[in-house]
Amino acid sequence: MLIDLFYLLSICCFILGLKFLSSPRTARRGNLLSMAGMFIAVVVTLFEKQIIDYTYIVAGIIIGGLIGAVAARRVKMTAMPQMVAVFNAFGGAASALVVYAQFIRFPTLTDPATTITIVLSLFIGMLTFVGSMMAFGKLQGLVSGAPVVFPGHKALNALLHLIVLGAGVFFVLNPASHGLAILAAIVVLSGVIGITMVLPIGGADMPVVIALLNSYSGLAAAASGFVINNYVLIVSGALVGASGLILTDLMCKAMNRSLTNVLFGAVGQETGPAAGAAKRNVTRYTPLDAAMMLSNAQSVIIVPGYGLAVAQGQYALQEVAELLKKAGVGVRYAIHPVAGRMPGHMNVLLAEANVPYDMLKDLDEINEEFQNTDVVLIVGANDVVNPASREKGNPLSGMPILDVDKARSVIIIKRSLSPGFAGVDNELFYDPKTMMIFGDAKEMLVKISGALKEEI
Amino acid sequence: MTGELIVSIYIFVLAIFAGFELITRVPPLLHTPLMSGANAVSGITLVGALISAGAGRGGLATLLGFAAIVFATINVVGGFMVTDRMLEMFKKEERH
Repeated sequence: MLIDLFYLLSICCFILGLKFLSSPRTARRGNLLSMAGMFIAVVVTLFEKQIIDYTYIVAGIIIGGLIGAVAARRVKMTAMPQMVAVFNAFGGAASALVVYAQFIRFPTLTDPATTITIVLSLFIGMLTFVGSMMAFGKLQGLVSGAPVVFPGHKALNALLHLIVLGAGVFFVLNPASHGLAILAAIVVLSGVIGITMVLPIGGADMPVVIALLNSYSGLAAAASGFVINNYVLIVSGALVGASGLILTDLMCKAMNRSLTNVLFGAVGQETGPAAGAAKRNVTRYTPLDAAMMLSNAQSVIIVPGYGLAVAQGQYALQEVAELLKKAGVGVRYAIHPVAGRMPGHMNVLLAEANVPYDMLKDLDEINEEFQNTDVVLIVGANDVVNPASREKGNPLSGMPILDVDKARSVIIIKRSLSPGFAGVDNELFYDPKTMMIFGDAKEMLVKISGALKEEI
Repeated sequence: MTGELIVSIYIFVLAIFAGFELITRVPPLLHTPLMSGANAVSGITLVGALISAGAGRGGLATLLGFAAIVFATINVVGGFMVTDRMLEMFKKEERH
């Protein structure tokens, strides 16, 4: 009874913690509040009378805590998607393990309500674990980032689901006969489904997959809450599940793709330059030209893409922005929802490079502003500024883009004319008001800031 | 259908709605910390793991419970710490 009231307190902490995340001013406090909620839940659980032996508990918490703390301190901000993928995996694994252990301890739990939730939570938990490890492998480059499809892929997937469903139904009907073995089979097969689910998804679609697996890790926790009858698990799991679903939906909208298309479409093959692209003429400009143009502008909007982070050019970019601001130029950053490799990733990368958050504007906030802007500086972004998305009949059609072509002039820093993930040639490169600067993003930005220092 | 299950389902559904309301208010600026923070919260399974590992039955159940504690603690500690590390970097523009 008393324990349940403390669980309610920790639920309140989680809810308020999420509420505080609605503003960057209160977000850190919100996270601390969630931490407090978790601390309360863990401490009161230790008073649970079922617990008689603390050896494994202490050992597990020390080992897990050390690994978690070291990982959290060491991880590079560019590697955040991998980190979140691994943590999702561990959350899913923990939920599945708890449920399996519960059935070992209480093999007499045979009412359908419990057995159905046992099957569900093992399925979701293992799917999350293996699927997230695959996503980690893809992001880390251990597994090919290109979508892997083989003949009969969909048929195999459907078959695996059917077998799991069949085994689940059998278990619910006869939980007493070979229950543990059947559950073990469900665990293994759910893992295989995790592999076949993530393999065909291309690198560019990883933001969607990570958000979806984030949701699953929450649902896995909620499902195990049903099994062990614990409301704090059910509520927290549901909150995380909802959060992941919203982010999944936002990412799909930002790419104008449906979730089914992301999961089964196998889009994002590695492509070479679009045919015929090489024949057209583009005028090359130098960083000096760019510096001149930027310093003469009244207003500048910077559009960063993941290419910037790959080149580690964030700091050089912010130096350019600072120099311009000191010279009285209005500077802002326009962040497309899929600019990074997970939702909100680019904001974190820029915050790390000391960009104040009030300079970071999202698509809806800034799109109206381009028409009143003198210069747009695009670094390492391509598909998110491709006007082809406004036309019909190509892979980008209908995707919301940053309307950079409405600005008076555009500077693009890019290695080559090759198209982005979507494989669609970008008309913007050939627009007369566009200044193309070819080269490594960081190197070019350093040159621009050097030139700006001399000019200003 | 047991009464207890019905209550659980009510709680689950209402929590999903609360989650939707809360999370649609989080600006895109903070979506990465939201994910890593939510991730840490999903490590709440730790609560279940503690009971599995501490029930003193020994054998497979305790071993699985122990593994679950390790996984969930990595999730919780790592998730909250990295979220804090990120949120610390978000600073407001200094007015000169």
